[in-house]
Order: sequence, then C-alpha cells, then structure tokens
Amino acid sequence: MRLIPILLGLLLTLALTLAAFGLPVLDSLGHLWEGALGDKFAIHRTLVKASPLILAGLGMVVAWRGGMFNIGGEGQLLMGASAGAITYHLLSRIQGPALTVLVLAACCLAGALWACIAALLYTKRGVNVVISTILLNFVAIHMVSYLVRGPLQAVGETIPQTTPLPASAMFQRLDPQSSLHTGLFIAPLLALTVHVWLKLTASGFQLRLVGQNPSAAQAARIPVAQTQVLALTVRGALCGLAGGVEYVGVSGYLFDGFSPGWGYLSIAVALLGGLEAWGVVLSGLYFGALVAGSRNLEAFGGASSAFVYAVQGIAVIAFVALQQWARRKVERTAS
Amino acid sequence: MSELLGVIGAMLSLGTPLVIAATGETISERAGVLNIGLEGAMLASAYAGFYTSWQTGSPYLGLLAGCLVGALVLGGTAPLVLHLGADQVVVGTGVNLLCLGVTGTLFVMAFGRAGQLVQVPTVGKFAGDLSLNVVMLAAPALVYLSWRLLFRTDWGRALRAAGEMPEAATAAGWSVYRLRLQGILASGLTAGLAGAYLSVAQTNSFAENMTAGRGFVVIAAVTFGRWTPLGAAAAAMLIAFAYGLQFLIKAYSLPLPYQLFDALPYLIALGVLVGSGRGKAGPAALAMPYKEHR
Repeated sequence: MRLIPILLGLLLTLALTLAAFGLPVLDSLGHLWEGALGDKFAIHRTLVKASPLILAGLGMVVAWRGGMFNIGGEGQLLMGASAGAITYHLLSRIQGPALTVLVLAACCLAGALWACIAALLYTKRGVNVVISTILLNFVAIHMVSYLVRGPLQAVGETIPQTTPLPASAMFQRLDPQSSLHTGLFIAPLLALTVHVWLKLTASGFQLRLVGQNPSAAQAARIPVAQTQVLALTVRGALCGLAGGVEYVGVSGYLFDGFSPGWGYLSIAVALLGGLEAWGVVLSGLYFGALVAGSRNLEAFGGASSAFVYAVQGIAVIAFVALQQWARRKVERTAS
Repeated sequence: MSELLGVIGAMLSLGTPLVIAATGETISERAGVLNIGLEGAMLASAYAGFYTSWQTGSPYLGLLAGCLVGALVLGGTAPLVLHLGADQVVVGTGVNLLCLGVTGTLFVMAFGRAGQLVQVPTVGKFAGDLSLNVVMLAAPALVYLSWRLLFRTDWGRALRAAGEMPEAATAAGWSVYRLRLQGILASGLTAGLAGAYLSVAQTNSFAENMTAGRGFVVIAAVTFGRWTPLGAAAAAMLIAFAYGLQFLIKAYSLPLPYQLFDALPYLIALGVLVGSGRGKAGPAALAMPYKEHR
C-alpha cells in the first residue's frame, strides 16, 4: 500500500508548517504526540475527537461522490445539535435510552433538512451549492447563538448554554476518568454502511455515476436531480448525527462555539481519505489526533489551536496539486 | 438625526469592502475564474493590514500591505487552477482553511490572547457624523474603472472571451492563461484592499476569522449583479444595508433579538441568489479548466 509515503508526507507537512511559524519543530511535535497518543487519556481524547470528524467526513464523501461538493457541514452539524437540544427541551419527561434515540433521530433529521434547502435551491433554481451552504452556515451559527441565550437557556443560568442532558440519556462512559463513550462505535459502523452502499448497491452506483458524469447519467435515465438532492441530504444527516454524537456523548448541552469547525474540517478529512469510506476512518483518526494534540501544543507550546486549520489547508492544496499533477503526467505519457 | 447619520455612515462603511472586492471578483469571474479563496485572501490581508499599521504607524501602508498579500494569496492559486487545471472550488477551500489557520496562529503568537484589544492607527475621517474616509471614495472609482476596463477596452473584450469561449480568445491571439491570471490578480488586489479596510479603517483591530463570510457574500453579490461591476456593487450595498440594521436596532434599542439581524445579511444574500434564478447564467466557461495548445 501507499500508506507509508502518505504518513511520511503528513509528518513532513506538519514539521514544515511548525517550522514556518518559527516554532521549535521537535518540541512541538513532542507536545502534539503527548496530547494525541501520549497516554490513555490522550488516546481517548483522540478517539472522541475523531468521531464527529469521521461522521462529517463520510457525509462529505457521499456528497462529493454525488457531485455535490459543499461547505455546509458546519451549519448542518449545528442544526443537528440544536434539534437535539430542542427535542430534549420539549420531551424532558422521557428518560434514558428512549430519549437518546429520539434526540439522535432529531439531529439527523434537522441536518438532513438543512442540507436539503441547499440541494433544492440548486436543482430548482440553479443556486451554487458552495455559496448557499456557506451562507446557511452563518445562519445556523447565529441561530445557535439565539437559542442558547433565548428559549433554550438553562433556567437560572447566566452562561449562555442549554440545560444539560440527564446522565441516563447520555452515552455511557467507557472509562469514568475520560470522556470515552459508547457512541464511539457509530462512526465505524456508518463507514461500513456507506462503503457498502456506494460500492455494492445499484443506488450507490447511480449516485457515483451522477457525480462523475451527469449527462451520461441523464442519458441512462437516472433521475439526476433527485440523486443530487439525496447525496446532499445524506451529507446533512451524517453531519447532524456528528453534532448529535458530540451532544449526547461529550458535552450534554449546547453552547456558542459548540463546533470548533468540524464541518469545515470534514472537507479535508474526506479528501485525505481519498473519498473512500474506509479512508475517512483513517484520516478522521489522524485529524482527531491532530486536534487533540493541538490542545496540548496550545497549553504548553505557545501556539494557537488555529494551527490545525493551516495544516488542513496545506493538506487539501497539496493533495489536489499532487493528484492533478499525476493526472497530467498520465495524459502526457498517453499522448 | 446624528444617530441616523451615524447609521447611514456605518452602512456605507460596511458596504465599502464588499463593493471593492466585488469589482475585482467580477473581472476574475468574467475571465472564467471563480475565487472561492476570496474569503481567505480578505482575512489574510486584514491581518497584514493590521500588522503593518501597528508596526509602521501608517494605516495607508497597512492598506498597501493588504493589497499585496491579497494578490499573493490568490495569485498563489494560479499555478494550480490555471496550469494544473485543479478544481477551483476545492483549491479555494484549501486557501480559506490555510488563511484561517495562518492568521489565527500568527495573531496569537504576536499579540497573545488579549490581542483583540490592540488598536492600530486608522485612516482619517471627515464629514462629521457620517464619518466618511478616503477609501470609501475608492469604491465608486473602482466600480467605474472596472466597468471601463471590462466593457470599453480590447483587453476587456478578450478577457470576457476567456471566460465565455476561451478557444475564441486563443484563436484571436490572446493568451487565456495570462488573461485569467490578470483576472485573478485583479481580484486579489481588491480583496486585499477590502480585507485591510476591515481591520485598518473599520474596526482598527483584528480578531480571528474577522471576515466572517464576507468573501462569500461578495461572490453572491457578483452572481446577483449579473457579473457587471455596477450590478455587483448594488447587490453588495443591499447586503451592507442588512449588516447595518444591527446598528439601527442598537441605536434605537429596539426590543428584537439581535441574532436575527446578525443572520439577516446571509439570508438576504441567499435570497438574492434565489432571485437571480436561472435566467442568463454566468460566463459560460466559469470555473472550467482550459488547456491552451500553442
């Protein structure tokens, strides 16, 4: 496999980025390692951070394979988490796993609906999906800001956040000392599902055909617009679920800045995962480790955790450049 | 009265960077290049302008630095999107992430956690309560200039051909690569001025991710403006009006949730895109890679 050159490339990118900021490379890598894989707690942190990244990344794979590249993950994730919090607010008499299931279902549904808006605007009115999803992200961010200060703010609380879920409705902790939770298994299960769907079913094949060549798909009597709507809606549902898993598994309440940019990061996760479901699991773990490690770097190495975005940006650009360069080389040798 | 003038002045000031960036992006999209990285370019130049103004004490040098950094950021994508034919949207997304990360990291490294309190020298204001500044005058000038360049010169005709039917531009002896590069640089320079305006002339400070989607709002305005400078400027001012409504509810302390008004500009930009509908689509070769045979 090409795994080793990829890993070396990632390490090199990381080292060069650190050097470019004038940070001590070895020390900083040490801080990152400590924070991501140094001990049991670090590994748990990495796994917990990887969960929403993998889910949102899977969503991006489905959308991208269906030709619906979009930047709406952040908004879909926030709408998902908001719907979860609203569900708890309305149904707080229900307890235990029943509430968990209802909350997660609401998260998926809200994420799907939010993405569906952009999908329908595209198929009905020709509105560019990239721009509409970005604009919807900002609407969602301000909506969360309103909810946690207005109707959903915890009673008697001055901090803008919602009432925490009861422990019985949250995912069980696998380790009482860390936030490792049972919801961790959702992401790999869905990765398997997405893989089987895209690779082994007729509808998955149709979706990929629409993404690759919409006019050929049209000629083959595949309903192109419906498939595009489906691709983006599934993306929304998975991002909504990513928000839900974080809500039910880690925080238990909604607050401003609930998502530290998972939706945006999902683009890099999907791309680095080679737009394959299994690849997304690996790249989600890598970026999860990077996010976990960067917290440590921020605390002890004096760098901002915004640093992760720079690494992601470089990964995206380098990946596209290499891919395109390789394609050009093949074309040149062919002609 | 002075409150109302203040709100009008604020709206004009909010519209200025949108209009400025829209002129350059119109040129670029007419040449066939969609700069999704506009947001990142604006953010990078906002930081460059802020830092330069802080270091040199001159806001005008800050604006200049912003222009340069904007051109550098978008110009840096040219080898990828023009020569390698990489997907413009994906490259732009990478640029946005990169700029968000780089500015955030540099800002915290240079100013620490309390960096948001750092104030830098700003451009001179005039006209009393309206509090206009000299860059605001540049906005209409750029609208006129870009219109003139696009629709009244041979270069503009060739550039529009590069975005409409690149083969024809090549056949007429123009280099599509060069025309598109010029488009990208026009967008970079104006995005740079716009970004630096945000930090140097509007807030006199910097904050992480301070552009808050304005780059995307500009792209929406260009679409709604039917890829003409005047149309894009009008759309940009409409959205700026929505940004300014927040000041109105603050000035008159209206009992409305302010988050609604925070979200309004984005909703209006979305409405504007829906309103544009299918009608006449944009430049035919927009965001399409082109391989020049010579």
